[in-house]
Amino acid sequence: MTNSIPEIEDASCVLVIGSNTTEAHPLVSHRVFRAKLKGATLIVVDPRKIQLTLQADIHVPLNFGSDVAFLNGMMHVILKNSWHNPQFVSERTEGFAELQAHLEKYSPEKASQICGVPPEEIERVARLYATSECSTILYTLGITEHSHGVDNVKSLANLAMLTGHIGKRSSGVNPLRGQNNVQGHCDMGALPNVFPGYQVVTDENIRKKFETAWNAKLSDKVGYTIPEMMDRLIDGSVKGMYIFGENPALADPDTHHINRALDSAEFLVVQDIFLTETAKHAHVVLPGASWAEKDGTFSNTERKVQRVRKAVEPLPGTLPDWNILCELGARMGLSMTYTSPEEVFNEMASLSPIFSGMSYARLEADGIQWPCPSADHPGTLFLHEGKFTRGRGMFSVIDYRPPEEMPDDEYPYLLTTGRRYAHYHTRTMTGNCPTLHKEFPAPFAQISFADAEKLGLKDGDSAKVISRRGELVTPVRPGDIVPPGSLFMDFHFMEANPNVLLGTSLDPVSKTPDYKVCAVKIEKCPAET
Amino acid sequence: MDYRFVKTTCPYCGCGCQMLLEVLDGNLIGTMPHKTAPMNQGKLCIKGWNAHEFVRSPNRLTTPLVRKNGSLQEASWDEALDVTVSRLREIKEKHGGESVAFLSSARCTNEENYLLQKFCRAGFGTNNVDACARL
Repeated sequence: MTNSIPEIEDASCVLVIGSNTTEAHPLVSHRVFRAKLKGATLIVVDPRKIQLTLQADIHVPLNFGSDVAFLNGMMHVILKNSWHNPQFVSERTEGFAELQAHLEKYSPEKASQICGVPPEEIERVARLYATSECSTILYTLGITEHSHGVDNVKSLANLAMLTGHIGKRSSGVNPLRGQNNVQGHCDMGALPNVFPGYQVVTDENIRKKFETAWNAKLSDKVGYTIPEMMDRLIDGSVKGMYIFGENPALADPDTHHINRALDSAEFLVVQDIFLTETAKHAHVVLPGASWAEKDGTFSNTERKVQRVRKAVEPLPGTLPDWNILCELGARMGLSMTYTSPEEVFNEMASLSPIFSGMSYARLEADGIQWPCPSADHPGTLFLHEGKFTRGRGMFSVIDYRPPEEMPDDEYPYLLTTGRRYAHYHTRTMTGNCPTLHKEFPAPFAQISFADAEKLGLKDGDSAKVISRRGELVTPVRPGDIVPPGSLFMDFHFMEANPNVLLGTSLDPVSKTPDYKVCAVKIEKCPAET
Repeated sequence: MDYRFVKTTCPYCGCGCQMLLEVLDGNLIGTMPHKTAPMNQGKLCIKGWNAHEFVRSPNRLTTPLVRKNGSLQEASWDEALDVTVSRLREIKEKHGGESVAFLSSARCTNEENYLLQKFCRAGFGTNNVDACARL
């Protein structure tokens, strides 16, 4: 996030796009409600009538995957009416002329043909967002998990820079990250192109710094992304795989493909607290400790590093994960002997400028938000004040590209996926919480009343959902949440896991798979006798 | 009786709510929201309120497993760690460091992910480490 979560409540206009905030980030939605109570305008852009739309001033039910067209339409209107921020554009950005010329063709009428939002509604949203004093954007995987996810994010950045709604308190572009430490594990350089603190592996000086600190020869070649790793397991060029606390056998799209990849590994190690579907493929399974059984830190979505504290001893037979990794490092002959996670943190901070001012003592009270470059630096509540990381903000020229697989005659329905409030990912944790299981014991797919009637499906009936990759059977629940022609499924339950249906089309830049749009057909299952 | 509260960070979504784990005689018995943390100000969602429940689930793994004759069998820590390193090292020596790949964890701590990428980069001379953040 460019901003901090508490700042949301002081925004005067909150644009939520591709985020089912009340279910996926309940304590962020609380801030959105507060903003609303303080008089903010709430705009929710989502094809589904999610819970947050009930609080919204405007719900924009755009067509699935049409965000770029909608956002370009908004920017066209903003420029036409001079609602943009010329001072911000001239002082802080570059590439404006190209963007302006490009947006000419995205009249609201043209955008409307693609996104299905009436031109006057595009104009209304554009006016409210652009002319509010302090507008902020919240987005989640509804923006990123597309084969054009990077285009979506860049379009949001264009919109924020065009209107100057970034780089100040309560105003910015805010991805709400989905996991406790999804921010942190990226910050730690567990990515193929960067060392800890986003220092690129291709920079010789940076590489030398790490080579000296770690006493090892390091590669200057960018590594493989997850989808590439899976493909290379199948073609045999990757032979050994180490999976640390993740469950790709259930979580990744095109399950059959992933299972084939995992089974192709010559040697697969899985470190986890449960025998996950992924661990069942492994040659070695190492039992780690849960978060309540070890010390450390997590970084939340607002870049705040906060302490994780050991409350109870690890379950007998298990080891804290940092101990396991130190043991392996020692066996590899690496200098990886640490007496505590704090010692690891200090080494990391000494090598990463954005963390160098942090220590456990300083994190003790309420955590610190990076960048925090020195011991007297208070941390950074919001990013890009006065200047962007690269200097001037670069506008990107983005054209609408349709999702790679849209419904057709053979597969006439559009499947989209997401979360439920009581569960989390592949349910390895929440499925083992009796209270949550009782709250939400089984999956169901949501379809529109109209489609349910057409297919002869009643609440609780079983339907077979078939895509080009696979099929599954799920109970259905007709309602008015999803628009006609579409189907929503959560990805929590193994017994009806939509990942078997999804394709492997990837965003060309981020290599993020499209989890949000896939074509399926739906058949009513015969009643059980 | 040893009854105490341990302040920590919620293990679920990216909000980073602060919570108090309720510990009685070394057993985790409950979760409470932290009242003054700026993030959640005394509130938690349904997942957070019940976060302690999975920690002592009978389904937890309690021993390392090593595949022998096609099936996963209980093994000692020494055996499992030795097999892991010797097999990975063998692959590295035969096919090069690029033939090994690592998947990091969005569920584990910063310190652990730092160690994982260090193990990968320093141990195998490859940048084949990626985060599920991509997905």
